[in-house]
Amino acid sequence: MSYVTTMHTRDIITRKLTEAFTPADLEVIDESDKHAGHAGHRPGGATHFQVYIVAKAFQGKSRLERHRMVNAALAEELAGGVHALAIHATAPSEPP
Amino acid sequence: MSISDWIGNEVKSSDVVLFMKGNPQFPQCGFSGQVVQILDYLGVPYKGINVLESDELRQGIKLYSQWPTIPQLYVKGEFVGGCDIIREMFQAGELQTLMKDKGVSMAVKASA
Repeated sequence: MSYVTTMHTRDIITRKLTEAFTPADLEVIDESDKHAGHAGHRPGGATHFQVYIVAKAFQGKSRLERHRMVNAALAEELAGGVHALAIHATAPSEPP
Repeated sequence: MSISDWIGNEVKSSDVVLFMKGNPQFPQCGFSGQVVQILDYLGVPYKGINVLESDELRQGIKLYSQWPTIPQLYVKGEFVGGCDIIREMFQAGELQTLMKDKGVSMAVKASA
């Protein structure tokens, strides 16, 4: 059960980021299980994610701007069940 | 006073303000804890504000900064970032530069 819920949120995040940024590379990692017992964790819930995204849209943007762009694309998820989102956003020309 | 006015007043009356879950002695979230460790390592004096003490504050800070997560670090009234940004800036030496440029004293001249 929890596996299905978790996959679902991860898929939504992947889809929204793909639509928003047409990334050259994208990895969305569900880390919810690592946070068992932690304040924001819900058993079986998809609460903690890591995002690695490479997209041209980030070229020339500051860290703050990049994070704001990703946060905006995932506003619904962040307002809902997603408690934590670690973001690593780079442009294709930058070192990973 | 509205919550937004209260936050505005707080971030302007201390050089470095960290909105966090828990307090600097007992962070109640790993992400807040990481920023506490970095600030402590740099020896930067800062004020920790526990957003778990008030739901109005917890929501209010997100609206104030237009930033959806906690922790949030402010230096001289300006929003700098959340946990990822602070960690990346620290690792790149940019956080130290920012503190210096803003005239915030650091006890340790960290080179890490």
